[in-house]
Amino acid sequence: MKLLLVLPILIPLATAVLMLLAWRRVRLQRALNVAGATALLLASVALLAFVRRDGIQVVQLGNWPAPFGITFVADLLSAMLVVLAGVLGLAVAVYSLFSLDVRREAFGYYPLLHLLLMGVCGAFLTGDLFNLYVWFEVMLIASFVLLTLGGTRAQLEGAVKYVTLNLVSSAIFLAATGLLYGISGTLNMADLARQLPQAAQPGLTTTIALLFLIAFGIKAAVFPLFFWLPASYHTPPIAITTIFSGLLTKVGVYAMIRVFTLIFVQDAGFTHTLILVIAGLTMVTGVLGAAAQMDFRRLLSFHIVSQIGYALMGLGLFSRLALAAAIFFTLHVSIAKAALFLASGVVHRLQGSYNLKKLGGLFQPAPVLSVLFLLPALSLAGLPPLSGFWAKFALVRAGLESSQYTIVAVALGVSVLTLFSMTKIWAEVFWKPQPASDAVVAEIPAAKPSLGLLLPLALLASFSVVMGLLAEPFFALASQAAEQLLNPTGYINAVMQGGR
Amino acid sequence: MEILLAFVVGGLYAAAVYLMLRRSLVKLIIGLILLGHATNLLIFTAGRLTRSQSPIVPVGDALPPVPFADPVPQALILTAIVIGFGVQAFAIVLLKRAYQTVGSDDLDAMKATDA
Repeated sequence: MKLLLVLPILIPLATAVLMLLAWRRVRLQRALNVAGATALLLASVALLAFVRRDGIQVVQLGNWPAPFGITFVADLLSAMLVVLAGVLGLAVAVYSLFSLDVRREAFGYYPLLHLLLMGVCGAFLTGDLFNLYVWFEVMLIASFVLLTLGGTRAQLEGAVKYVTLNLVSSAIFLAATGLLYGISGTLNMADLARQLPQAAQPGLTTTIALLFLIAFGIKAAVFPLFFWLPASYHTPPIAITTIFSGLLTKVGVYAMIRVFTLIFVQDAGFTHTLILVIAGLTMVTGVLGAAAQMDFRRLLSFHIVSQIGYALMGLGLFSRLALAAAIFFTLHVSIAKAALFLASGVVHRLQGSYNLKKLGGLFQPAPVLSVLFLLPALSLAGLPPLSGFWAKFALVRAGLESSQYTIVAVALGVSVLTLFSMTKIWAEVFWKPQPASDAVVAEIPAAKPSLGLLLPLALLASFSVVMGLLAEPFFALASQAAEQLLNPTGYINAVMQGGR
Repeated sequence: MEILLAFVVGGLYAAAVYLMLRRSLVKLIIGLILLGHATNLLIFTAGRLTRSQSPIVPVGDALPPVPFADPVPQALILTAIVIGFGVQAFAIVLLKRAYQTVGSDDLDAMKATDA
């Protein structure tokens, strides 16, 4: 059963390699694409079931015992996020089949998509800090190429900013890793958790913790470090934007949750309060930035930033309920956000524009699409009984329990503004009559959304609804994951003794 | 020796940040390369500088003869150099394409996506 732990990495790798062998046979690549994504989803669900039943799973690669070799660990948080990667991977893989142009398909889009998934799953599963850096780079280089594939002017301009800031982030991450090795002599995360409390200079540990906060903050797009995201995310085709929005920033959030629950908890009064402040500022700037936008994708891009703030709020509050809420929220927002991006892509297919002013009147010709947009939109804003409501409800309750009233007020205020943004899109795109003057745009608009485009959207939207209506089991799972994070002894013991 | 290398690392970081804050694409890429070098040198320094032997365990022994140099930072740097090389090669091609498409190497001319 140890194989299950590496399958989420091996499956995308094998898929990508097979696709590269079939470079000129795009139809075969398309078939492999769906097969690989389905297999990844199945393997990830099996992994989650396994971890849930038998506890934290560990594999020591090459059979080197724990602090010396590279360890792969799946606790509930990792396993849940791998399932998230599987769900989004499958939805985007199917959506790409019906939305991507022939040129991008022929130039290696599918292998890159699967290499990206491999990097994401690797980052979720590794138990070694330097190995985490390597997976970040795997993920980044795949995302660089995906972002620039096609080479339009907007893509290249966005990519210059995306690549530069992500390389800066990687350099900071690497420097912090090196310094951490310098003071502790280990890079295994479980071993670090044991060594650091005895470190000679606690001040140095906090400094390194802040370097990690900055490095992961750039990846997760938090308040003063998010500017690359709205400058680049809306430039590639919508399938690529969707997978980026669903997974890449979430890897940053995951890395933050992991290091600030397992490794850097010595000075929690300082670091976690700082995270809380950043969380509040991230929510507010993101949602205000979104309010000013009239481009469908840019508006949603700013909302990615805003929502990251909520996930960090859970980490900053640092209680069991808060962490459970943060995990639940991360799952909810990735799914809902991806559904919204896919919906914006379908709208573009129908009316040939992303500009809210040029769109309109879609409710009558495309009622199914309208509902599939409305559900995740209201879920994002946090209306009951959808998943966003429970996520925010738990966060607010955790905030009240910790007597952090400011952040609770900010979170609730930002929710109202989120609702404003979503109703703005609803009113502009679906309700108001289509403006007659400049409705004609470059591409030939299709009359009806094709089933292939709506299917992945429906999958994600219904997932969001199910997560809301049946919140109890999902939240119980998140709560268990939070329990594992707050009591890292289980994790440490599993890594240091297990896997043999 | 540590003090000297600390100043070299600091100088490299300063130069990298300065170059990256300029508007020229060429200076941006040189800045990125210097940033990678600074980080590698930082890991090298943080991993203790020892003037000693390679950590090779002689036949029949359980430990290498002390004092020996820690091989882990070197392995980390080697990995980082390889990754950095690939990423920088990509960045150079990207910046060249951007220069050709935009027709300028001024970063201020690349504001279309921020509007």
